[in-house]
Amino acid sequence: MVQIHSAGESALIVYLGETTSPEVSARVQALAQLLADSLSGVLVDLVPSYASVLVIYDAMATDHLEVSHRIRAAAAQLAAVDTSGGQEVVLPVYYHAEAGEDLETLAETAGLTVDEVIELHSSCAYRVYAIGFAPGFAYLGEVDPKIAAPRLATPRQRVPRGAVAIADRQTAVYPTPSPGGWNLIGRCPMRMFDPEREPIMPVSVGDRVRFEPVDRARFLALGGEL
Amino acid sequence: MSLTVIQPGLLALLQDAGRFGKHAIGLTSGGPLDPDAFNLCNRLLQNPVGATVIEISFGGLELEANCDTSICITGAVMPLTINGEERERYRVERVRAGDRITLGFAEHGCRAYVGVAGGFRIPESFGSTATVVREGIGGLSGSKLQAGDTLPCPAKASCKPLYLPPEHHPHYHDTVTVRVIPGYQQASFPRLEQRRFFSHAYQVSERSDRMGYRMQGPGIRCDIEGILSEGICLGAIQVPADGQPIVLMNDRQTIGGYPKIGAALTLDLARLSQLPPGGTVYFTPITVHAAHNALHLAASFAARQPLMEAS
Repeated sequence: MVQIHSAGESALIVYLGETTSPEVSARVQALAQLLADSLSGVLVDLVPSYASVLVIYDAMATDHLEVSHRIRAAAAQLAAVDTSGGQEVVLPVYYHAEAGEDLETLAETAGLTVDEVIELHSSCAYRVYAIGFAPGFAYLGEVDPKIAAPRLATPRQRVPRGAVAIADRQTAVYPTPSPGGWNLIGRCPMRMFDPEREPIMPVSVGDRVRFEPVDRARFLALGGEL
Repeated sequence: MSLTVIQPGLLALLQDAGRFGKHAIGLTSGGPLDPDAFNLCNRLLQNPVGATVIEISFGGLELEANCDTSICITGAVMPLTINGEERERYRVERVRAGDRITLGFAEHGCRAYVGVAGGFRIPESFGSTATVVREGIGGLSGSKLQAGDTLPCPAKASCKPLYLPPEHHPHYHDTVTVRVIPGYQQASFPRLEQRRFFSHAYQVSERSDRMGYRMQGPGIRCDIEGILSEGICLGAIQVPADGQPIVLMNDRQTIGGYPKIGAALTLDLARLSQLPPGGTVYFTPITVHAAHNALHLAASFAARQPLMEAS
């Protein structure tokens, strides 16, 4: 399913599904890559997300008819795209109450031990569904329903950089210190957003992320801060 | 060679044309809220298109020149003085080292642009100097201008004394009609709700900023409460559960999960950004064809604005 809707004077939004799934997400990533090539010269920006790609073009150089024609041409190539694309990134996490203030509460509410929560969170690969909210903030899904937890009633004023958190069935690593209402379960020593490095982010939409539990000493050795 | 900030006023931000191609890592576009006034400022100074200027909101800026150069002010009507002497806006004004440049509070409009010959020399972050305070990116260390900041500018910038004749200065009113290209989840807004949106007056809320302009007026109901988060373009009009539309501006989040009825024509966003809180807004639908036509006409009009040279 490919639906192209008008978004604005110089933007079209392409829907690749009504809900998201690893397959839809892989198609989103593949389409974004195809469009980056086929629209080069008239492309201003692209926003891939859960099941859509927002295409922002230069309205002084082309128009919506030409752009939607090229989007359809790119979408037609999607059938041949390998939907298992995207790299796998392993992120170390120090899961502990001193690094994740909500870890024990979350375990208690879920009727699990802390070790079981860590096991459930670190035993599967998550897909990067979208990047937004703040620079470098990657929405990862989906966590096991047993450890899904609603956002905090009162968001924290400050969540530290590297905080690993859960909200509903999504999980994320806070790239920079910011306010936030997600449940904190641990901390990752890797920089998720580093303007000094290339690539700036270790992940992009469509990649898969695995969390690897590390102990306190390893976390600090990797540059983590408590 | 530089200018020093003596008083930053309510909100002074270094801005170039904006940051593009970085949405995929979550960076918004930033850039001038009123590109018409921004572009005119650089044209008058004979600067490259998109050179870095100061966007001053609501006024109260005071600068001191540390070198001989030329400046130009466009946009909102804020009284301009140099060493206490009244000067004109939309005109290249020579300043000497030691001169004090003062912009009073806005009498009409909200956003003015202060440019210097050659443009401010600010290192780029992610390909742009645009300041986005929420992200802490751009300008000088990602924040708004503070008293004591030094703004580097080119040493010797020769610049003809151009001005825009007063009859061509824009007028800022307290009512703006915003043309809207329906789109996104438009189909999920019942006919009656769309008609309500396009036929009533809205007021600009006090809680409006560079992220979004919040409207106060008849609530608009949508058949759906939330959507899978998706990309938000400049001018997108989102309608949260309380039914009060929000027009998303330059510093908007790049993705969001509220339903959107369409997006404002960017030419009208420039006018909206000059509207103070309490100002009146009407929305009217237009087609993408009409929007493109308006954009091309506006570009053609801007290119023909008669810049005169003072004798």
